[in-house]
Amino acid sequence: MRRAPSVLSALGTALAAAVLLLVAIAALWPGLLATDPPNAVDPAQALLGPGPGHWFGTDQLGRDIYSRVVHGARPSLLLGLGATLVAVGAGAVLAMIAVVGGRVADEIVMRLTDVLLAFPGALLALLVVAVLGPGTGNATLAIGAAFAPGFARLVRGEALVVRESDYVRAATVLGYRRAEVYLRHVLPNALPPLLVLATLSVGTAVLAGSALSFLGLGPQPPSPEWGAMLSAGRDLLGSTWAIAVFPGAALTATVVCVNVVGRDLRNRFEGRRPGAG
Amino acid sequence: MPDDDRLLAVEDLRVGFGTVAAVRGVDLDLRPGECLAVVGESGSGKSATARALVGLSGGTVRARRMELAGRDLTALRDREWRAVRGGRIGLVLQDALSALDPLRTVGAEITETLANHRTVERSARRARAVSLLGQVRVPEPEIRARQHPHQLSGGLRQRALIASAIAADPPLLIADEPTTALDVTVAAQILNLLAERKAAGTAILLISHDLAVVARLADRIAVMHAGVLVEEGTPGELLRAPAHPYTRELLAAIPAAHARGTRLSVRAAEGAPAADGGCGYAARCPLATDRCRTEPPARVAVGDGHHARCWRTDAEWPAPPARTARTRDTADTAADTVIEARDLAKAFRGPDGAQRPAVAGVSFTLRAGRTLGIVGESGSGKSTTAHLVMGLLEPDAGTVALLGRPWSHRPEAERRALRPRLQLVQQDPLASFDPRYTVERIIGEGLGHPGRRAARANRDAIAALLRRVGLDDALLDRRPQELSGGQRQRVAVARALAPEPAVLVCDEPVSALDVSVQAQILDLLTDLQDDLGVALLFISHDLGVVHHMSDDVLVMRDGAVVESGPVQDVFDNPSHPYTRALLTALPSIDAAARPVALDRPADA
Repeated sequence: MRRAPSVLSALGTALAAAVLLLVAIAALWPGLLATDPPNAVDPAQALLGPGPGHWFGTDQLGRDIYSRVVHGARPSLLLGLGATLVAVGAGAVLAMIAVVGGRVADEIVMRLTDVLLAFPGALLALLVVAVLGPGTGNATLAIGAAFAPGFARLVRGEALVVRESDYVRAATVLGYRRAEVYLRHVLPNALPPLLVLATLSVGTAVLAGSALSFLGLGPQPPSPEWGAMLSAGRDLLGSTWAIAVFPGAALTATVVCVNVVGRDLRNRFEGRRPGAG
Repeated sequence: MPDDDRLLAVEDLRVGFGTVAAVRGVDLDLRPGECLAVVGESGSGKSATARALVGLSGGTVRARRMELAGRDLTALRDREWRAVRGGRIGLVLQDALSALDPLRTVGAEITETLANHRTVERSARRARAVSLLGQVRVPEPEIRARQHPHQLSGGLRQRALIASAIAADPPLLIADEPTTALDVTVAAQILNLLAERKAAGTAILLISHDLAVVARLADRIAVMHAGVLVEEGTPGELLRAPAHPYTRELLAAIPAAHARGTRLSVRAAEGAPAADGGCGYAARCPLATDRCRTEPPARVAVGDGHHARCWRTDAEWPAPPARTARTRDTADTAADTVIEARDLAKAFRGPDGAQRPAVAGVSFTLRAGRTLGIVGESGSGKSTTAHLVMGLLEPDAGTVALLGRPWSHRPEAERRALRPRLQLVQQDPLASFDPRYTVERIIGEGLGHPGRRAARANRDAIAALLRRVGLDDALLDRRPQELSGGQRQRVAVARALAPEPAVLVCDEPVSALDVSVQAQILDLLTDLQDDLGVALLFISHDLGVVHHMSDDVLVMRDGAVVESGPVQDVFDNPSHPYTRALLTALPSIDAAARPVALDRPADA
């Protein structure tokens, strides 16, 4: 017997959604939440702790950390969303090649994803950045590429189920070409079940993006990005802890909230897929 | 009515789900060794009634009285219900595969019931489980007790389920569609098994959608519609002289020899829906008057122990409209051949790697405008044959020719041009529609306008097809999930007709439908065939349906054709023992019990 979600968990989801809304506002209109410019250097005010003038304090160059955390939402989220989009897109293309292309193409693509899945994702992303060079765009591509093989497998699995469905049979019987049937029926019906998983992977991608930034391979200074800020603050953790802790907290809160909301979505939609059964 | 010997006494049972009243005042009583059958279509409330009796309704249950052997069931708590279920009331469900725990052996399943309800010694339970399996005629019960549900055939699973239901020797057995998922020969055995229990003194409440199935076993039949028992009586009374229009509709809808060449469905003018208090059947009833729509019908006696809830029990029933178009000479062989299948064979690799023949040496000829029925039990190869004919599978041996041209073993690119001439209607219409599509796009795809805009531009042609299958254009923008089962299958037929096919392959097109809806779809197919001259390859496990629809018939078993020929010859003088076995097992309403009006309508 499954119980209705408890009040507490509903409250948690609502809270997570509220936090995400705040992060989204920070990403879209950072000026609404932080009026100070994020890159204004003021050596006289360097390394202040949290206080009335600067809520989260200032960093080595006297930049307002609160403002930088708010402005850092956009590159961090863009990295996460962009990488997930790249991963789903590339995964879908690979999967469709495997499913449409017949047995040989299927073998080649699937063995390729096996090889890629054997690498740790971070290593794969590092490899891509090493080839393409650092930067926001390249980091996004790198993380997307690291996540793509997993999605390719899942899309392929869904597509194989849809391919055997009665409605694909009906379209075949009506004399439609294979490519048409795949584009019109198989792909659109194979993707929706992955949306929930994609939501969850946004959080992971934000984290991975920050990891790359931490290593100096993502967005370049002085642009505010949570991972880069963490990296810049880690040496001063003993004296001015605020520099690293606040971007770290923002990152953690975002990832946790994305996961909470993603899990809620999964609970809502699992077993209620259109077309299955 | 004195309640001396009644085992089950229910008065004014009401079950509601939210604002929906599923059961609206049902009275039932049942004595030991008696079988009461509750018959109705899906949504009639028959299963809700059964579940309320075992405390599993999931809705709000109210009853003036609900007693089992004098014990009040209305006030039981969860724990007390658990003792009643299995202990006092055994429950047999339709789908034995999902009713049995896949992770446990059937022996363990039965042992658990014994442990819960009986004081059978722990050491003796195992032996008792095996003996119960033996009682329900499971062969080699010692071996079967150690097997898991998926290792058993459907019939054996159903037996195992019955064994677990009777393990604690409950005085009442509730069987909800116990044979619906089974092949006809297996179903007959299960019914015999229930008859044995009845003879042993168990009271049986049998729930079914099929009058023919219950006619054999029931001492009394109650017909349920819209949450109300509209008619009750002994099988002899009720089947011979049905008093309620709904019972008449159900009886007329049963496709069988008697109904060949006649309409099965009652086509009533869609009347105004009944007001809240009125008769639930008024909207469909050809006899409905204003009184039916406003006043709930009283229960009136129409015979000995035979009651109906209807204001119009004395009204003249309109004569069944005889069909005149269907007067083809079944010996006519002049028509063009549309499909010629020769020695088709197909084998699949089994789980052990060995090749198992699914179809072997199947040959037939289908002529324009005629119907060839393929009948057989599950696993007989009928659907594989359909897929071979459709060019969805490539035969290992043998050929198919479509409209005189080679069809099998051709590259798909070459076949594509001919594809529209050969269309398919599948068993589950909902699964045959892209879940994202509206009715407009589904039929548009059939017309060769798969895009959303192209479908919109051809809305008139699509609407015309929709009307052709008896649906309203208002459904164009609906999604299939929002349609009834019958409407869905009509949409599937409309899509299949869109490319103007010469042949329509119908693979179990009505087996998921209620009998009255089935009647409408069968009538629709016949009408379309008469009007358009399309040939039908009609595949079904239901002999009655095939008998009704077909000119010629193939009887298949284990991938081979055991008998074939004109339908009358095969059904009237079956030469193969298997055909005879099938016909014997076929549940049918005894000819004597059939009302005269339905027996042989208009031999014109």
